[in-house]
Amino acid sequence: MKKNFQFTLNGKPQRISTESRRTLLEVLREDLDLTGTKFGCGEGQCRACTVLLDGNAVRSCQTEVSEVEGRKVETIESLAQNGKLHPVQEAFVKENAMQCGYCVPGMVLTTVALLRRNPSPSRAQIVEALNGNICRCCGYVNVLKAAERAARPGKEAQ
Amino acid sequence: MKSPIHELEFPEPERYELHEGPFYHFEISRREFVQVLGAGVVLSVAVPGLLAQRSPQNRSTNLAQRLHIGADGVVTVLTSKVEVGQGSRTQLTQAAAEELHLPVERVQLIMADTAIVPDDGGTAGSGTTPRAVPAIRKGCAAGRQLLIDTAAAAFNVDAGTLSVRDGKVEGLGAGRQFSYADLASEKHSKALQREVAPGVSIAEVKEWRVLGTPVLRVGANEIVTGAHRYPSDVRRPGMLYGKVLRPISYGAQLEDIDLAPAKAISGATAVRDGDFVGFAAATSFEAELARDEAAKTAKWKTAENPSSDELYSYLRSNASSQRSRRDVKGSPDETLKSAHKTLRETYHIAYIQHAPMEPRAAVAEWQEGKLTVWTGTQQPSRVRDDLARTFRLSGDGVRVVVPDTGGGFGGKHSGEVAVEAARLALAAKKPVSVRWSREDEFTWAYFRPAGVIDVAGGLDEKGALIAWDHVNFNSGASAIATPYAIPNAATEFKSCNQPLRTGSYRALASTANAFARESFMDELAAAAGADPLEFRLRHLTNDRLRAVLVAAAERFNWKNAWKKNSSPQKTGVGLACATEKGSYVACCARIEVDDRAGTFKVLDVVEAFECGAIQNPVNLTAQVEGCIVMGLGGALREEMRFKDGKMLNPRFSQYHVPRFKDVPQIETILVNRPDLASVGAGETPIIGIAPAIANALFNATRTRIRSMPLRNSALRVAS
Repeated sequence: MKKNFQFTLNGKPQRISTESRRTLLEVLREDLDLTGTKFGCGEGQCRACTVLLDGNAVRSCQTEVSEVEGRKVETIESLAQNGKLHPVQEAFVKENAMQCGYCVPGMVLTTVALLRRNPSPSRAQIVEALNGNICRCCGYVNVLKAAERAARPGKEAQ
Repeated sequence: MKSPIHELEFPEPERYELHEGPFYHFEISRREFVQVLGAGVVLSVAVPGLLAQRSPQNRSTNLAQRLHIGADGVVTVLTSKVEVGQGSRTQLTQAAAEELHLPVERVQLIMADTAIVPDDGGTAGSGTTPRAVPAIRKGCAAGRQLLIDTAAAAFNVDAGTLSVRDGKVEGLGAGRQFSYADLASEKHSKALQREVAPGVSIAEVKEWRVLGTPVLRVGANEIVTGAHRYPSDVRRPGMLYGKVLRPISYGAQLEDIDLAPAKAISGATAVRDGDFVGFAAATSFEAELARDEAAKTAKWKTAENPSSDELYSYLRSNASSQRSRRDVKGSPDETLKSAHKTLRETYHIAYIQHAPMEPRAAVAEWQEGKLTVWTGTQQPSRVRDDLARTFRLSGDGVRVVVPDTGGGFGGKHSGEVAVEAARLALAAKKPVSVRWSREDEFTWAYFRPAGVIDVAGGLDEKGALIAWDHVNFNSGASAIATPYAIPNAATEFKSCNQPLRTGSYRALASTANAFARESFMDELAAAAGADPLEFRLRHLTNDRLRAVLVAAAERFNWKNAWKKNSSPQKTGVGLACATEKGSYVACCARIEVDDRAGTFKVLDVVEAFECGAIQNPVNLTAQVEGCIVMGLGGALREEMRFKDGKMLNPRFSQYHVPRFKDVPQIETILVNRPDLASVGAGETPIIGIAPAIANALFNATRTRIRSMPLRNSALRVAS
């Protein structure tokens, strides 16, 4: 049954009328044309679908749209401002931390959430935070370099 | 070039040197070009050596529209190659920029749009570097020469005194300017509808300015911002989402189904056509609901299927006697019987799945009887032909477009999802997007073939390897030949009637063959009482393979790292080397065993790789590192298990691919050979890691594991 929902999406109020059991991932992609959030597995195992919910990295394929009522959702599309990349995005570009790139939006958002929580994580903390994100091109070495670059002291990581 | 080169053959790299200059002719933009690229001129270039056959009667079949020069001076290069993460977009852009004498930023690459690109073949077999790069370089060198010739004619100067820099002709004299944009002007393009004689040369490696440099991924900004639209992200006006009903098990036949409950779901389209049952609706949620409602009414007739527990005996007993090829040198059978020491062992390789991050996806749209499909495939023209056959259309009636895709690894050579989307779109009379589920990917995509490999080796009194026999059941013949100098050697590939649908995979059977061969070389070295490195070098005459092996071993400090252990140790080291598709790899690995837990872990890896002249060192490093880690998956954990026609582990929670925590310390050594033609690098670096780990496990534990994934009753990989 369709219901009305309201939440903050990428800094703006969003209203939507839809079936409440649909996933946030599907609503973002199909109803709101925000296709930067990717489907990878549908079982919460790969985190290609990562979005920020009230600032925390969550799996949008495991989140029903009803759960975001009144809350703050940020997707990959919100990070760059006026054409200027977010420092984490910038770090991914500079470290060539992408092959096919399909996992990258999820990796970037997981890193952003980590750095907001802990601006100078150790390598072990980065590995722990990112271990849920799968890259099948297996370009993990450069993603770690990118996360470390973004976390360097003096770098704004917000 | 005198003969066409077929996609599958891979002779010595010298075959791909450019013996003949290009010729070119012009035509004013065709309708498709204007639609896609705007006004400008199209430069057609001969494509000898690619898929087009040379036919003197109809020269136009040899000409491919390779370049579009826009009125704004932007040069667009066209190719049928696809980008699936291996870096082809960046490398081909570099190749074009090199010869056009333009900065990388001013070259646009259109890949895999069958309406407008020349057919460079599919993206497979590490073919882009040795074949598409030279073809594009030739076309672009011709474009540059055309710019010079036209400028020379316009200003009445000697073309030999002119050169091109940053897209502008130099040497015309003060105040005179001529650039690619001028070529596209009506005045000049009309004068240029002719073919020009051959004689254009491409840059030698020592002259490279763009190739050979670390150019970062082209399109990176679109990827990190989420703006790039992968095939599953394509949207069309009025588009629906489609879901397909899969059989309940392999070989199950649908006897009956009632589509009425599905059609009752608002606006859903339900189609049954032969074996195909699919649903389309305004959202994926509704399409799934429709499918699930219909599925409740389905009656299936199931078929008998073997299980993965009996797989290896099944393959052996289902080997085809007709489809077998045995290559013999000397007298291996007799020598194995008479040798001082003879060893015989069997290795097993499991079925694995590519599991690209983006599942197969397609968007299909019909307009006035013509079909356009956006899909992730490595074979755009094959998929176009499949669609044309399925829907009885002419080749021109189907256009296949491949946006840069979320992973391939040899797994996206087929076009099932394109056909599914097109069938649903035909029924719904609206564009339809179909994306497979992860379970679909693990169950219905084709697999890397499993295999059984019997190897035998004979040593003489001095420990020299004098006889060899290597028989591969089912997994494939690639890199089956031993690179070692053995006087009596036989290799044989036996095709089998197998339980699962199989196809290509990154490096395909060379992984299995290298695993068996390099593990067994280690067993022979142990039998000969020799250091595994020294034993290999003693039998290696191939300088390129020796060079990578020595490079990796030195960096790994093998001489001090390896000890002949007589009792189990906590750590162990192993190495392996191999060659495939004209490139060379050597890998050293160190592992650590936790006796109490019964687990082991890979600590560090050094890999040396050589593929001729390096075209992009950062992309090459990424390919080598990616191969090492992807190879860890097949070495340590990946295995499809099945029973009664159903996959037992079709999820990432059950089929464990490598994650960040699995990544060992990795050091890569890129051996550059500017004197040799460049060959592909996306596959061969994957084949050394599994035997290197197996050999390290033996070094530590004195126990030999002869299966991929590496596992036995006492030892498994640490999680």
